[in-house]
Amino acid sequence: MHDFPLSKRRIILNINSEDVDIYIRAADLLLDTIRESLGLTGSKPGCLNGDCGACTIILDEKPMKSCLMLTLEAEGKKIMTIEGLKNTPIQKAFIEHFAFQCGYCTPGFIMNCHSLIKNQPNADPHTIKEWLQSNICRCTGYQEIETAVLSVLRKDYNK
Amino acid sequence: MIPTDFEYYLPATISEAVHLYRTLKNHGKKPLYYSGGTEIITFLRLHLIETGAVININAIPECRQNNLIGDSLTLGSSLTLTEIEEANVFPLLSAASAGVADHTSRNKITLGGNICGMIFYREAVLPFLLCDSYCMIAGGDGVRKAPINSLFNKSLQLTEGELLVQIITQKRYLDLPFICIKRRQQWETGYPLVTVAALRNGNEIRVAISGLCPFPFRSAKMEADLNNTKLSLEERIELAFRHLPAPILHDVEGSAEYRLFVLKNTLLEIIPKLEAGAIA
Repeated sequence: MHDFPLSKRRIILNINSEDVDIYIRAADLLLDTIRESLGLTGSKPGCLNGDCGACTIILDEKPMKSCLMLTLEAEGKKIMTIEGLKNTPIQKAFIEHFAFQCGYCTPGFIMNCHSLIKNQPNADPHTIKEWLQSNICRCTGYQEIETAVLSVLRKDYNK
Repeated sequence: MIPTDFEYYLPATISEAVHLYRTLKNHGKKPLYYSGGTEIITFLRLHLIETGAVININAIPECRQNNLIGDSLTLGSSLTLTEIEEANVFPLLSAASAGVADHTSRNKITLGGNICGMIFYREAVLPFLLCDSYCMIAGGDGVRKAPINSLFNKSLQLTEGELLVQIITQKRYLDLPFICIKRRQQWETGYPLVTVAALRNGNEIRVAISGLCPFPFRSAKMEADLNNTKLSLEERIELAFRHLPAPILHDVEGSAEYRLFVLKNTLLEIIPKLEAGAIA
Protein backbone atom coordinates (compact mmCIF):
# COMPACT_ATOMS: atom_id res chain seq x y z
CA MET A 1 0.00 0.00 0.00
CA HIS A 2 1.28 3.45 -0.88
CA ASP A 3 0.32 6.28 1.36
CA PHE A 4 0.83 9.97 1.07
CA PRO A 5 0.91 12.16 4.17
CA LEU A 6 -0.27 15.72 4.49
CA SER A 7 3.17 17.22 3.95
CA LYS A 8 4.60 17.71 0.47
CA ARG A 9 6.33 14.72 -1.04
CA ARG A 10 8.71 14.20 -3.91
CA ILE A 11 7.48 12.19 -6.89
CA ILE A 12 8.74 11.57 -10.41
CA LEU A 13 6.47 12.37 -13.32
CA ASN A 14 7.17 11.32 -16.87
CA ILE A 15 6.07 14.25 -18.98
CA ASN A 16 6.73 14.64 -22.68
CA SER A 17 9.16 11.70 -22.48
CA GLU A 18 11.21 13.28 -19.69
CA ASP A 19 11.32 12.29 -16.03
CA VAL A 20 10.97 15.26 -13.72
CA ASP A 21 11.31 15.42 -9.93
CA ILE A 22 8.73 17.54 -8.22
CA TYR A 23 7.32 18.13 -4.78
CA ILE A 24 3.54 18.00 -4.58
CA ARG A 25 0.63 17.91 -2.17
CA ALA A 26 -1.75 14.98 -2.40
CA ALA A 27 -4.47 17.51 -3.21
CA ASP A 28 -2.61 19.03 -6.18
CA LEU A 29 -4.41 18.80 -9.49
CA LEU A 30 -2.46 17.68 -12.55
CA LEU A 31 -3.40 20.84 -14.46
CA ASP A 32 -1.95 23.05 -11.72
CA THR A 33 1.21 20.96 -11.47
CA ILE A 34 1.77 21.05 -15.22
CA ARG A 35 1.26 24.79 -15.46
CA GLU A 36 2.62 26.11 -12.19
CA SER A 37 5.26 23.63 -11.05
CA LEU A 38 6.53 22.63 -14.48
CA GLY A 39 5.87 25.88 -16.37
CA LEU A 40 4.13 24.13 -19.24
CA THR A 41 1.34 26.60 -19.86
CA GLY A 42 -0.03 25.12 -23.07
CA SER A 43 -2.72 23.21 -21.19
CA LYS A 44 -5.36 25.80 -20.40
CA PRO A 45 -7.60 26.29 -17.40
CA GLY A 46 -11.17 26.82 -18.57
CA CYS A 47 -14.22 25.64 -16.69
CA LEU A 48 -12.11 23.60 -14.19
CA ASN A 49 -15.13 21.36 -14.10
CA GLY A 50 -14.45 18.82 -16.87
CA ASP A 51 -16.85 20.43 -19.31
CA CYS A 52 -14.72 22.49 -21.71
CA GLY A 53 -11.70 20.28 -22.47
CA ALA A 54 -9.22 23.19 -22.65
CA CYS A 55 -6.97 21.34 -20.16
CA THR A 56 -6.89 18.06 -22.13
CA ILE A 57 -3.62 16.15 -22.01
CA ILE A 58 -2.80 12.60 -23.12
CA LEU A 59 -2.16 10.07 -20.37
CA ASP A 60 -0.91 6.66 -21.50
CA GLU A 61 -2.35 7.38 -24.97
CA LYS A 62 -5.80 8.38 -23.74
CA PRO A 63 -7.10 11.95 -23.60
CA MET A 64 -7.77 13.14 -20.07
CA LYS A 65 -9.01 16.36 -18.54
CA SER A 66 -6.15 17.40 -16.30
CA CYS A 67 -8.41 19.61 -14.17
CA LEU A 68 -10.17 16.49 -12.93
CA MET A 69 -7.12 14.45 -12.03
CA LEU A 70 -4.90 14.43 -8.99
CA THR A 71 -1.22 14.75 -9.90
CA LEU A 72 -0.57 11.58 -7.91
CA GLU A 73 -2.78 9.61 -10.28
CA ALA A 74 -0.35 10.34 -13.10
CA GLU A 75 2.67 8.89 -11.26
CA GLY A 76 4.12 5.98 -13.23
CA LYS A 77 2.24 6.95 -16.39
CA LYS A 78 3.27 8.79 -19.52
CA ILE A 79 1.91 12.33 -19.68
CA MET A 80 1.93 14.25 -22.93
CA THR A 81 1.03 17.91 -23.17
CA ILE A 82 0.78 20.15 -26.22
CA GLU A 83 4.47 21.05 -25.69
CA GLY A 84 5.33 17.40 -26.40
CA LEU A 85 3.84 17.42 -29.89
CA LYS A 86 6.20 18.53 -32.65
CA ASN A 87 5.03 18.98 -36.23
CA THR A 88 2.40 16.29 -36.02
CA PRO A 89 -0.09 15.90 -38.85
CA ILE A 90 -2.93 17.31 -36.74
CA GLN A 91 -0.94 20.45 -35.92
CA LYS A 92 -0.25 20.99 -39.62
CA ALA A 93 -3.90 20.34 -40.42
CA PHE A 94 -5.11 22.89 -37.86
CA ILE A 95 -2.97 25.55 -39.57
CA GLU A 96 -3.89 24.47 -43.09
CA HIS A 97 -7.63 24.44 -42.37
CA PHE A 98 -7.77 27.52 -40.09
CA ALA A 99 -9.09 25.32 -37.30
CA PHE A 100 -8.72 27.97 -34.61
CA GLN A 101 -9.71 31.54 -34.01
CA CYS A 102 -8.83 32.92 -30.57
CA GLY A 103 -6.76 29.79 -29.93
CA TYR A 104 -7.59 29.24 -26.26
CA CYS A 105 -9.25 25.87 -26.80
CA THR A 106 -6.72 24.80 -29.45
CA PRO A 107 -4.20 22.86 -27.29
CA GLY A 108 -6.98 20.82 -25.72
CA PHE A 109 -8.60 20.14 -29.07
CA ILE A 110 -5.28 19.16 -30.63
CA MET A 111 -4.49 16.72 -27.82
CA ASN A 112 -7.92 15.12 -28.14
CA CYS A 113 -7.72 14.98 -31.95
CA HIS A 114 -4.17 13.59 -31.86
CA SER A 115 -5.31 10.84 -29.52
CA LEU A 116 -8.33 10.12 -31.71
CA ILE A 117 -6.13 9.74 -34.77
CA LYS A 118 -3.69 7.45 -32.94
CA ASN A 119 -6.35 5.31 -31.28
CA GLN A 120 -8.97 5.28 -34.03
CA PRO A 121 -7.17 5.64 -37.39
CA ASN A 122 -10.28 4.39 -39.18
CA ALA A 123 -12.74 6.44 -37.16
CA ASP A 124 -16.20 6.72 -38.65
CA PRO A 125 -18.18 9.99 -38.52
CA HIS A 126 -20.04 8.86 -35.39
CA THR A 127 -16.76 8.20 -33.55
CA ILE A 128 -15.25 11.51 -34.65
CA LYS A 129 -18.33 13.38 -33.47
CA GLU A 130 -18.38 11.51 -30.16
CA TRP A 131 -14.73 12.33 -29.42
CA LEU A 132 -14.98 15.97 -30.50
CA GLN A 133 -17.96 16.55 -28.22
CA SER A 134 -15.47 16.47 -25.32
CA ASN A 135 -14.16 19.95 -26.15
CA ILE A 136 -15.83 23.33 -26.46
CA CYS A 137 -14.78 26.12 -28.83
CA ARG A 138 -16.48 29.39 -27.89
CA CYS A 139 -15.48 30.86 -31.26
CA THR A 140 -17.50 27.97 -32.75
CA GLY A 141 -14.81 26.76 -35.13
CA TYR A 142 -16.17 23.23 -35.06
CA GLN A 143 -16.53 22.75 -38.81
CA GLU A 144 -12.90 23.67 -39.48
CA ILE A 145 -11.70 21.44 -36.63
CA GLU A 146 -13.66 18.50 -37.99
CA THR A 147 -12.27 19.20 -41.47
CA ALA A 148 -8.73 19.18 -40.02
CA VAL A 149 -9.31 15.82 -38.31
CA LEU A 150 -10.81 14.31 -41.45
CA SER A 151 -7.88 15.51 -43.53
CA VAL A 152 -5.44 13.68 -41.24
CA LEU A 153 -7.55 10.54 -41.19
CA ARG A 154 -7.51 10.66 -45.02
CA LYS A 155 -3.72 10.82 -44.62
CA ASP A 156 -3.37 14.09 -46.54
CA TYR A 157 -0.28 14.85 -44.46
CA ASN A 158 1.52 11.55 -44.87
CA LYS A 159 1.73 11.64 -48.65
CA MET B 1 -6.95 24.10 -7.12
CA ILE B 2 -8.15 22.12 -4.15
CA PRO B 3 -7.36 24.45 -1.24
CA THR B 4 -7.53 21.94 1.60
CA ASP B 5 -5.04 19.16 2.19
CA PHE B 6 -5.80 15.48 2.58
CA GLU B 7 -3.91 12.24 2.93
CA TYR B 8 -3.90 9.82 0.03
CA TYR B 9 -3.91 6.03 0.22
CA LEU B 10 -3.69 3.42 -2.50
CA PRO B 11 -4.54 0.06 -0.93
CA ALA B 12 -3.88 -3.14 -2.89
CA THR B 13 -6.61 -5.27 -1.31
CA ILE B 14 -10.23 -4.95 -0.30
CA SER B 15 -9.44 -5.68 3.34
CA GLU B 16 -6.74 -3.00 3.42
CA ALA B 17 -9.18 -0.47 2.00
CA VAL B 18 -11.93 -1.29 4.47
CA HIS B 19 -9.49 -1.37 7.40
CA LEU B 20 -8.04 1.98 6.32
CA TYR B 21 -11.48 3.51 6.18
CA ARG B 22 -12.28 2.40 9.71
CA THR B 23 -8.91 3.59 11.07
CA LEU B 24 -9.07 6.95 9.33
CA LYS B 25 -12.64 7.49 10.45
CA ASN B 26 -11.64 6.77 14.04
CA HIS B 27 -8.96 9.45 13.66
CA GLY B 28 -11.59 11.96 12.55
CA LYS B 29 -10.34 12.12 8.95
CA LYS B 30 -13.76 11.77 7.25
CA PRO B 31 -12.27 9.43 4.63
CA LEU B 32 -13.71 8.98 1.14
CA TYR B 33 -13.31 6.06 -1.25
CA TYR B 34 -11.96 7.42 -4.52
CA SER B 35 -12.09 5.87 -7.96
CA GLY B 36 -12.53 8.18 -10.98
CA GLY B 37 -12.70 11.09 -8.58
CA THR B 38 -14.30 13.59 -10.97
CA GLU B 39 -17.15 14.43 -8.62
CA ILE B 40 -14.96 14.37 -5.50
CA ILE B 41 -12.43 16.76 -7.07
CA THR B 42 -15.18 19.12 -8.21
CA PHE B 43 -16.90 19.13 -4.83
CA LEU B 44 -13.62 19.60 -2.93
CA ARG B 45 -12.69 22.51 -5.20
CA LEU B 46 -16.06 24.14 -4.54
CA HIS B 47 -15.94 23.45 -0.77
CA LEU B 48 -19.08 21.35 -1.04
CA ILE B 49 -17.48 18.42 0.79
CA GLU B 50 -14.48 18.02 3.02
CA THR B 51 -12.19 15.10 3.71
CA GLY B 52 -8.96 14.46 5.53
CA ALA B 53 -8.10 11.35 3.50
CA VAL B 54 -8.97 9.72 0.21
CA ILE B 55 -8.65 5.99 -0.37
CA ASN B 56 -8.03 5.29 -4.06
CA ILE B 57 -9.47 1.84 -4.86
CA ASN B 58 -8.04 1.58 -8.39
CA ALA B 59 -5.21 -0.78 -7.40
CA ILE B 60 -7.59 -3.40 -5.97
CA PRO B 61 -7.75 -6.22 -8.56
CA GLU B 62 -11.37 -7.14 -7.79
CA CYS B 63 -12.44 -3.57 -8.55
CA ARG B 64 -10.84 -3.81 -12.00
CA GLN B 65 -12.41 -7.11 -13.09
CA ASN B 66 -14.22 -7.33 -16.42
CA ASN B 67 -15.01 -11.02 -16.82
CA LEU B 68 -17.70 -12.95 -18.62
CA ILE B 69 -17.27 -16.38 -17.13
CA GLY B 70 -19.88 -19.11 -17.08
CA ASP B 71 -23.31 -17.59 -16.87
CA SER B 72 -22.41 -14.24 -15.35
CA LEU B 73 -20.68 -10.98 -16.18
CA THR B 74 -18.63 -9.41 -13.41
CA LEU B 75 -17.79 -5.73 -13.72
CA GLY B 76 -15.47 -4.06 -11.22
CA SER B 77 -16.45 -0.70 -9.80
CA SER B 78 -13.18 0.93 -10.93
CA LEU B 79 -13.65 0.18 -14.62
CA THR B 80 -13.99 3.39 -16.57
CA LEU B 81 -17.06 3.90 -18.68
CA THR B 82 -14.99 3.92 -21.87
CA GLU B 83 -13.37 0.61 -20.89
CA ILE B 84 -16.87 -0.83 -20.58
CA GLU B 85 -18.01 0.73 -23.87
CA GLU B 86 -14.95 -0.52 -25.74
CA ALA B 87 -15.34 -4.08 -24.45
CA ASN B 88 -19.07 -3.84 -25.28
CA VAL B 89 -19.95 -7.13 -23.61
CA PHE B 90 -23.14 -5.58 -22.23
CA PRO B 91 -24.60 -3.51 -25.09
CA LEU B 92 -27.37 -1.91 -22.99
CA LEU B 93 -24.77 -0.72 -20.48
CA SER B 94 -22.58 0.58 -23.31
CA ALA B 95 -25.55 2.53 -24.66
CA ALA B 96 -26.50 3.97 -21.26
CA SER B 97 -22.88 4.83 -20.39
CA ALA B 98 -22.30 6.55 -23.72
CA GLY B 99 -24.76 9.22 -22.59
CA VAL B 100 -22.74 10.13 -19.51
CA ALA B 101 -20.73 13.38 -19.76
CA ASP B 102 -18.42 13.18 -22.80
CA HIS B 103 -15.89 10.73 -24.24
CA THR B 104 -12.79 12.21 -22.57
CA SER B 105 -14.53 12.47 -19.20
CA ARG B 106 -15.63 8.86 -19.52
CA ASN B 107 -11.95 7.89 -19.68
CA LYS B 108 -11.94 8.93 -16.00
CA ILE B 109 -15.48 8.37 -14.74
CA THR B 110 -15.87 4.88 -13.33
CA LEU B 111 -18.80 2.55 -13.05
CA GLY B 112 -18.84 2.70 -9.26
CA GLY B 113 -18.23 6.43 -9.22
CA ASN B 114 -21.20 7.09 -11.47
CA ILE B 115 -23.54 4.83 -9.53
CA CYS B 116 -22.42 6.07 -6.09
CA GLY B 117 -22.18 9.72 -7.09
CA MET B 118 -24.41 12.57 -6.03
CA ILE B 119 -25.28 13.78 -9.52
CA PHE B 120 -28.97 13.26 -10.31
CA TYR B 121 -28.56 11.29 -13.52
CA ARG B 122 -26.29 8.29 -12.80
CA GLU B 123 -27.37 6.57 -16.02
CA ALA B 124 -24.96 3.66 -15.53
CA VAL B 125 -27.24 2.16 -12.88
CA LEU B 126 -30.24 1.82 -15.23
CA PRO B 127 -29.13 -1.39 -17.02
CA PHE B 128 -28.36 -3.11 -13.72
CA LEU B 129 -31.78 -2.23 -12.32
CA LEU B 130 -33.37 -3.70 -15.45
CA CYS B 131 -31.29 -6.89 -15.30
CA ASP B 132 -31.79 -7.67 -11.59
CA SER B 133 -28.02 -7.55 -11.10
CA TYR B 134 -26.21 -8.18 -7.83
CA CYS B 135 -23.75 -5.94 -6.02
CA MET B 136 -20.69 -7.22 -4.21
CA ILE B 137 -20.24 -4.95 -1.22
CA ALA B 138 -17.17 -4.96 1.03
CA GLY B 139 -17.42 -3.94 4.66
CA GLY B 140 -16.08 -4.72 8.09
CA ASP B 141 -17.64 -8.19 8.03
CA GLY B 142 -16.18 -9.17 4.65
CA VAL B 143 -17.86 -9.14 1.26
CA ARG B 144 -21.63 -9.54 0.89
CA LYS B 145 -23.80 -10.02 -2.18
CA ALA B 146 -27.02 -8.03 -2.46
CA PRO B 147 -29.60 -7.57 -5.23
CA ILE B 148 -29.29 -4.08 -6.69
CA ASN B 149 -33.05 -3.66 -6.77
CA SER B 150 -33.20 -3.88 -2.99
CA LEU B 151 -29.95 -1.98 -2.45
CA PHE B 152 -30.63 0.97 -4.75
CA ASN B 153 -33.30 3.26 -3.40
CA LYS B 154 -32.60 6.75 -4.78
CA SER B 155 -28.96 5.97 -4.04
CA LEU B 156 -26.98 2.86 -3.25
CA GLN B 157 -27.81 2.15 0.38
CA LEU B 158 -24.38 1.39 1.79
CA THR B 159 -23.56 1.65 5.46
CA GLU B 160 -20.64 3.88 6.39
CA GLY B 161 -17.34 2.37 5.36
CA GLU B 162 -18.85 -0.06 2.87
CA LEU B 163 -17.42 -0.18 -0.63
CA LEU B 164 -19.03 -1.23 -3.92
CA VAL B 165 -16.56 -3.75 -5.37
CA GLN B 166 -18.37 -5.35 -8.33
CA ILE B 167 -21.70 -5.75 -10.06
CA ILE B 168 -22.69 -9.17 -11.35
CA THR B 169 -25.22 -9.67 -14.13
CA GLN B 170 -26.57 -12.93 -15.46
CA LYS B 171 -25.42 -13.61 -19.00
CA ARG B 172 -28.96 -14.31 -20.22
CA TYR B 173 -29.82 -10.61 -19.85
CA LEU B 174 -26.93 -9.33 -21.93
CA ASP B 175 -28.43 -9.98 -25.34
CA LEU B 176 -32.08 -9.19 -24.66
CA PRO B 177 -33.77 -6.61 -26.89
CA PHE B 178 -33.36 -3.12 -25.47
CA ILE B 179 -33.73 0.55 -26.25
CA CYS B 180 -31.97 3.39 -24.46
CA ILE B 181 -32.92 6.98 -25.30
CA LYS B 182 -31.48 10.14 -23.78
CA ARG B 183 -33.55 13.24 -24.52
CA ARG B 184 -31.99 16.65 -24.07
CA GLN B 185 -33.55 20.08 -24.30
CA GLN B 186 -31.30 20.88 -27.24
CA TRP B 187 -27.99 19.87 -28.79
CA GLU B 188 -26.40 16.47 -28.48
CA THR B 189 -24.31 16.98 -25.36
CA GLY B 190 -25.20 18.03 -21.85
CA TYR B 191 -27.57 16.95 -19.18
CA PRO B 192 -30.75 15.12 -20.12
CA LEU B 193 -34.39 15.97 -19.67
CA VAL B 194 -34.96 12.27 -19.31
CA THR B 195 -33.09 9.08 -20.10
CA VAL B 196 -35.19 5.95 -20.56
CA ALA B 197 -33.64 2.50 -20.70
CA ALA B 198 -36.02 -0.34 -21.52
CA LEU B 199 -35.57 -4.06 -21.91
CA ARG B 200 -37.80 -6.83 -23.17
CA ASN B 201 -37.58 -10.02 -21.12
CA GLY B 202 -39.92 -12.56 -22.73
CA ASN B 203 -43.23 -10.75 -22.99
CA GLU B 204 -42.41 -8.36 -20.19
CA ILE B 205 -41.12 -4.86 -20.81
CA ARG B 206 -38.96 -3.34 -18.10
CA VAL B 207 -38.31 0.38 -17.84
CA ALA B 208 -35.80 2.39 -15.81
CA ILE B 209 -35.69 6.17 -15.86
CA SER B 210 -33.11 8.84 -15.08
CA GLY B 211 -33.34 12.62 -15.22
CA LEU B 212 -37.03 12.82 -14.33
CA CYS B 213 -36.44 12.87 -10.57
CA PRO B 214 -33.30 13.70 -8.59
CA PHE B 215 -32.47 9.99 -8.71
CA PRO B 216 -32.70 7.11 -11.19
CA PHE B 217 -35.42 4.55 -10.58
CA ARG B 218 -37.24 1.46 -11.76
CA SER B 219 -40.83 0.99 -10.59
CA ALA B 220 -42.55 -2.41 -10.44
CA LYS B 221 -45.95 -0.70 -10.22
CA MET B 222 -45.27 1.37 -13.33
CA GLU B 223 -44.11 -1.71 -15.22
CA ALA B 224 -47.28 -3.61 -14.25
CA ASP B 225 -49.38 -0.87 -15.87
CA LEU B 226 -47.12 -0.51 -18.90
CA ASN B 227 -47.40 -4.27 -19.54
CA ASN B 228 -51.20 -4.35 -19.32
CA THR B 229 -51.79 -4.97 -23.01
CA LYS B 230 -55.56 -5.06 -22.60
CA LEU B 231 -55.45 -1.26 -22.59
CA SER B 232 -54.32 1.20 -25.22
CA LEU B 233 -50.74 2.38 -24.95
CA GLU B 234 -51.85 5.89 -23.98
CA GLU B 235 -54.00 4.47 -21.17
CA ARG B 236 -51.17 2.27 -19.96
CA ILE B 237 -48.80 5.22 -19.76
CA GLU B 238 -51.42 7.36 -18.03
CA LEU B 239 -51.96 4.67 -15.39
CA ALA B 240 -48.22 4.13 -14.99
CA PHE B 241 -47.71 7.85 -14.35
CA ARG B 242 -49.81 7.53 -11.15
CA HIS B 243 -46.87 5.64 -9.67
CA LEU B 244 -44.14 8.11 -10.57
CA PRO B 245 -41.94 8.94 -7.59
CA ALA B 246 -41.56 12.54 -6.44
CA PRO B 247 -40.32 15.14 -6.87
CA ILE B 248 -40.23 15.64 -10.63
CA LEU B 249 -37.27 17.86 -11.48
CA HIS B 250 -38.19 21.43 -12.37
CA ASP B 251 -35.06 23.35 -13.30
CA VAL B 252 -33.15 25.12 -16.04
CA GLU B 253 -32.96 21.93 -18.12
CA GLY B 254 -36.77 21.74 -18.26
CA SER B 255 -39.94 22.24 -16.27
CA ALA B 256 -41.60 19.31 -14.51
CA GLU B 257 -44.50 19.51 -16.94
CA TYR B 258 -42.19 19.41 -19.95
CA ARG B 259 -40.19 16.50 -18.56
CA LEU B 260 -43.41 14.49 -18.15
CA PHE B 261 -44.43 15.40 -21.70
CA VAL B 262 -41.04 14.22 -22.99
CA LEU B 263 -41.20 11.02 -20.93
CA LYS B 264 -44.67 10.19 -22.24
CA ASN B 265 -43.56 10.67 -25.85
CA THR B 266 -40.40 8.66 -25.27
CA LEU B 267 -42.44 5.75 -23.86
CA LEU B 268 -44.86 6.05 -26.80
CA GLU B 269 -41.84 5.58 -29.06
CA ILE B 270 -40.06 2.85 -27.12
CA ILE B 271 -42.81 0.45 -26.11
CA PRO B 272 -44.22 -0.37 -29.57
CA LYS B 273 -40.69 -0.96 -30.86
CA LEU B 274 -39.88 -3.33 -28.01
CA GLU B 275 -43.23 -5.09 -28.35
CA ALA B 276 -42.31 -5.63 -31.98
CA GLY B 277 -39.02 -7.09 -30.78
CA ALA B 278 -36.61 -4.30 -31.64
CA ILE B 279 -32.98 -4.48 -30.60
CA ALA B 280 -31.10 -1.22 -30.32
